[in-house]
Amino acid sequence: MAAIEILDLEKSYLVGFWRKRQKLALRPLRLTIEEGEVFGFLGPNGAGKTTTLKLLMGLVFPTAGTARILGKNLDDPEVKSQVGFLPEQPYFYDHLSARELLNYYGQLSGMPAKGRSARVEQMLARVGLSDSAGLQLRKFSKGMLQRVGLAQAILHDPKLVFLDEPMSGLDPMGRREVRDLIQQLRNEGKTVFFSTHILSDAEALCDRVGIIHQGELRGVGAVADLTSETRGKVEIIFYSQTVPVGLTSLGAEARVSGDMVNAVVPEEQQDAALEVLRRERLRLISLTPVRSSLEEYYIQKLQPAEAGDDARADDSRDKENRKGAGV
Amino acid sequence: MNSRIGYIAFNTFREAVRDRVLYNLIAFALLLSGAAILVGEISIDIERLVVVNLGLTAVSLFGVVIAIFIGIGLVSKEIDKRTLYTVLSRPVRRWEFVVGKFFGLTGTLVVNTFFMALGVFLALLYVAHKFEKMDGWVLVALYFIVLQFLMVCALALFFSSFSTPLMSAVFTFALFVIGSLAEDLRGFARITHGLAGWIATAVAYVVPNFSALNVISQVAHGDAVPGRLILYNSVYALLYSTMAISGAVLIFQRRNLK
Ligand SMILES: Nc1ncnc2c1ncn2[C@@H]1O[C@H](COP(=O)(O)OP(=O)(O)O)[C@@H](O)[C@H]1O
Ligand SMILES: [Mg+2]
Repeated sequence: MAAIEILDLEKSYLVGFWRKRQKLALRPLRLTIEEGEVFGFLGPNGAGKTTTLKLLMGLVFPTAGTARILGKNLDDPEVKSQVGFLPEQPYFYDHLSARELLNYYGQLSGMPAKGRSARVEQMLARVGLSDSAGLQLRKFSKGMLQRVGLAQAILHDPKLVFLDEPMSGLDPMGRREVRDLIQQLRNEGKTVFFSTHILSDAEALCDRVGIIHQGELRGVGAVADLTSETRGKVEIIFYSQTVPVGLTSLGAEARVSGDMVNAVVPEEQQDAALEVLRRERLRLISLTPVRSSLEEYYIQKLQPAEAGDDARADDSRDKENRKGAGV
Repeated sequence: MNSRIGYIAFNTFREAVRDRVLYNLIAFALLLSGAAILVGEISIDIERLVVVNLGLTAVSLFGVVIAIFIGIGLVSKEIDKRTLYTVLSRPVRRWEFVVGKFFGLTGTLVVNTFFMALGVFLALLYVAHKFEKMDGWVLVALYFIVLQFLMVCALALFFSSFSTPLMSAVFTFALFVIGSLAEDLRGFARITHGLAGWIATAVAYVVPNFSALNVISQVAHGDAVPGRLILYNSVYALLYSTMAISGAVLIFQRRNLK
């Protein structure tokens, strides 16, 4: 059975002072995630990752489309007892201690009183918060709140876990621990759906990734396949406003951005490519073997909407705000 | 009662207590004991009248202020701070959340009122040296005050489900003031004719009738409260609160959380 079936879920917000203009946060999204899969939802800021997760959690309502979780409709409250959710930059009742919060959430999730406290302590230990379990959450740092967030997401032993940017706000050690935790969840056979804009995390953890940009799913692929695809390539970056013809004939995939060119060529063509640059008297910035092919894939998937599009989108939003404020 | 509603209500109560809401009792105690001592010094016959009047009015005003100020943030604060995300991603329906929050706040107010009532009776004992049978009616007045709190909480919750906290506070307080004059408004409506009469009648019957719930001066004079009024007020307050809460739920059900 599919763990998550997203059937053309779509969300637009009404924005502006009069709430007349539509802003498409998520274009019709169709995506299926199998049980036991670790799925990474990748995309830059503002891509629509959080919107997707909020739709699936029933926190916002779709403009069109539906989704099914563990074979049930979104509004079926049954579903929620088998689902865990870590929101982006989570915030909790700060009058409670971490222990009290988890106990409260355990109650709300319908965990039986027997064994609940033991489970709470176990979760606190698992995210490394045993020592501060009695402290009020208002005294917690951002990283500690993130840990509480992880603990509450897996507290009731859900089958399916949604994590929105689980590594953000954590120090390198913390990020490592979150990685290990996701790895453990995978070993326990859980389905994990997490969003991130950090490619290395996705590459290390995911079975499959989906790439979303400007509210549109640009591609879905198995990490294993993607990794084999572009192995043995080097990335050459140099100053130039155009791609030298010599490079193209070497089979380079090149992209101009500003006064720089970013070209990827097969490893065996590396010397030939450098020879072209020397001939054309172009200044080399860097030459690196392509280690993360996921990155290649990602960049390639973001391509169709040219560079600078993000900035333009921001521009129009600003204009809208200004227009609104002026009325 | 559904157990989740109970958990949410308890958490709301706990939050109010830890945010030191009950500290208002200190101000209340100071006010009341000051008044009792002063009254005990000067007058001979009207001590009881003054203590009951002042005490119950203070109970009502303190409670209404708390009901409005916490009521307007009950749900909207949780949306703003996003504490709701991890609650609603559990098997908690939105209406359960609203109702749980409502019970949590009214529970807080009942506890608060209990201590204040204790204070009023102590002050009464201090000035009159003994309890009389007519003091029992003070309990009925206190019950009506609690019914007022129920309605004020429900209204604050209702307004805050679609407007800003500030506007919700203004609306709720305005309705409390107008509602406290509801009987006068109804009287005015009866003697007014034409369009103005229609409007006055409509307003008089739509605004919550807080004046019927105010029997403070009556019990201060030792007058009895008719049983019919007790029944009528209970049903009225219950219906009015239920309607306001249902309105809040209907709006909140459809709301996209930010
Ligand atoms: N409540 C809202 N009102 C208007 N626009 C919104 C709202 N929430 C999100 N958006 C817009 O939807 C787009 C996607 O946002 P989001 O899902 O938060 O992106 P991500 O999580 O991938 O960074 C953004 O352009 C954002 O500005
Ligand atoms: Mg996001």
